[in-house]
Amino acid sequence: MAKDMNGPGLGPFDWADAFRIEDQLDQDERMLRDAAHDFAQDRLQPRVMKAYSEESDDPGVFREMGEAGLLGVTIPEEYGGLGASYVTYGLIAREIERVDSGYRSMMSVQSSLVMYPIYAYGSEEQRKKYLPKLVSGEYIGCFGLTEPDAGSDPAGMKTTARKTAEGYVLNGSKMWISNSPFADVFVVWAKSDAHGGKIRGFVLEKGMEGLSAPKIGGKLSLRASTTGEIVMKDVAVGEDALLPGVEGLKGPFGCLNRARYGIAWGVLGAAEYCFHAARQYGLDRKQFNKPLAQTQLFQKKLADMQTDISFGLQAALRVGRLMDEGRAAPEMISLIKRNNCGKALDIARHARDMHGGNGISEEFHVIRHMLNLETVNTYEGTHDVHALILGRAITGLQAFY
Amino acid sequence: MKVLVPVKRVIDYNVKVRVKADGSSVDLANVKMSMNPFDEIAVEEAIRLKEAGKAEEVVAVSIGVKQAQETLRTALAMGADRAILVVAADDVHTDIEPLAVAKILAKVVEEEQPDLVLCGKQAIDNDMNATGQMLSALLGWSQATFASEVDIEGDNAKVTREVDGGLQTISVKMPTIVTVDLRLNEPRYASLPNIMKAKKKPLDEKTAADYGVDVSPRLSIVSTTEPEARKAGEIVGSVDELVAKLKEAGAV
Repeated sequence: MAKDMNGPGLGPFDWADAFRIEDQLDQDERMLRDAAHDFAQDRLQPRVMKAYSEESDDPGVFREMGEAGLLGVTIPEEYGGLGASYVTYGLIAREIERVDSGYRSMMSVQSSLVMYPIYAYGSEEQRKKYLPKLVSGEYIGCFGLTEPDAGSDPAGMKTTARKTAEGYVLNGSKMWISNSPFADVFVVWAKSDAHGGKIRGFVLEKGMEGLSAPKIGGKLSLRASTTGEIVMKDVAVGEDALLPGVEGLKGPFGCLNRARYGIAWGVLGAAEYCFHAARQYGLDRKQFNKPLAQTQLFQKKLADMQTDISFGLQAALRVGRLMDEGRAAPEMISLIKRNNCGKALDIARHARDMHGGNGISEEFHVIRHMLNLETVNTYEGTHDVHALILGRAITGLQAFY
Repeated sequence: MKVLVPVKRVIDYNVKVRVKADGSSVDLANVKMSMNPFDEIAVEEAIRLKEAGKAEEVVAVSIGVKQAQETLRTALAMGADRAILVVAADDVHTDIEPLAVAKILAKVVEEEQPDLVLCGKQAIDNDMNATGQMLSALLGWSQATFASEVDIEGDNAKVTREVDGGLQTISVKMPTIVTVDLRLNEPRYASLPNIMKAKKKPLDEKTAADYGVDVSPRLSIVSTTEPEARKAGEIVGSVDELVAKLKEAGAV
């Protein structure tokens, strides 16, 4: 269907898909995305307002996501996963986050932060024991890296694993842990004396003596997703709890890179929701005898939103293709995580503003997205920390400390 | 029992339809397409018959452009066992007319020998509501249209039909053609793992020429126009005023 490149007509423009992402996806990717879209709109959208306003715990979401096949998208089929590409994983994250960043967080943690390390760093026994049940949603997982005094500087963690005759004893506490209050499986990172004080990963299970996970209440963001602590007081585990395949910070960073990649796609779903909502509101709402959308200020904001979303999607797709070829660099992920989160937050704030007074009502959803994105802009490497990662790559000089 | 389900790739029901600038047809370039919703209901019903142990095999068939392969994969992901794609056009704007579709389907039926053909009552793009009936005539089979309930009882299909005055239940001898209506069932969503598995199910590709059917159009489209925009309403103060207005308009 090659058209004359010198013809005067050029091509048609779709305001909702400026660079024709649609044409750049294959049949599998489109079909899987559409299935995720239908699930999100049918099963998640109707409950999100209540879940958010009541800050309720909804572990049942995992079972439903598992049944639909949304968990463990990149995990090979032999462990129950979908065996699909990272581009597909990103497209799914975008559809879930179009509804709410909290639901996407639940899915990201289960897939990238729990299943990925068990698959990539775990023993065959650990894979067989945990992965199929994490895929189905029968098990809920959480990931413990951040501590009260170790956020952007995870190497400063205080959690320790002390060697014993039978295995290890873990002590310490983790903070801001998605899913922890109802988790069955805990991937926890600790400094291990038997490994020269290096950071190692351990898989803990609910009900272990000395392990507790109190909920953190009072969040004014990401309220549809449950967050807690992990408190370990002399938690004794066997040698089989150690993730054998990795040592040092590259362990958790390997997980975070994958989750951050998913976030870079996900936030654009939230941003698209806000963009479309603002556009529709502007078309419907008449003031001074004309639609708000017929004013220059309104159109300028819409154009900015469209531009940032289109660039963001194109960049995320490019990095996704490189992920699938095993060629994506962590800095590329920092670049798109940082940019897309920051832009999505900006878009949500503008959309809130463009909705006027209605913008603060839960019924219009934009303020919920806006509040959620404050978290997403911060977690998994803040906007500024990702700037430092890029700054180091640009100059060769680290400026973290 | 074998069930054949014809499915059509149509413009997605959520898409705001635009007419092409020259008025020749609806603009389908770069527009989201999906399975005709009535056909989805037919696929669902066929799968339910299989799940209930009443059917052994469900075969989906689509006639149109190559991209209809995607529509067939949706049917396979929902639970159909295999699929047949009959490529009959290159341009997405070419709509194969009901008679040509029915003729090809009749040939597919000859080959496949199904006991039941379950199809949507109409496609939401051109709303012809003709293919099932034409197929029945070509094959000399019984037909039951607008089904809201389908039951298999021995060699007969008991079908409840949605007719103007209410519901009519008839029993038709099989093999038969049943066209399904909106209230028959609520189609399931294809889960992501089933979409992946559908890739491994057989999908045969044929052409209209393989069946010796001429698909060139017999109808000519005179013009295509968008529906007139809805006119603004009027708020009345009382029932009396409403009645007066209705009388004025000649409605009562």
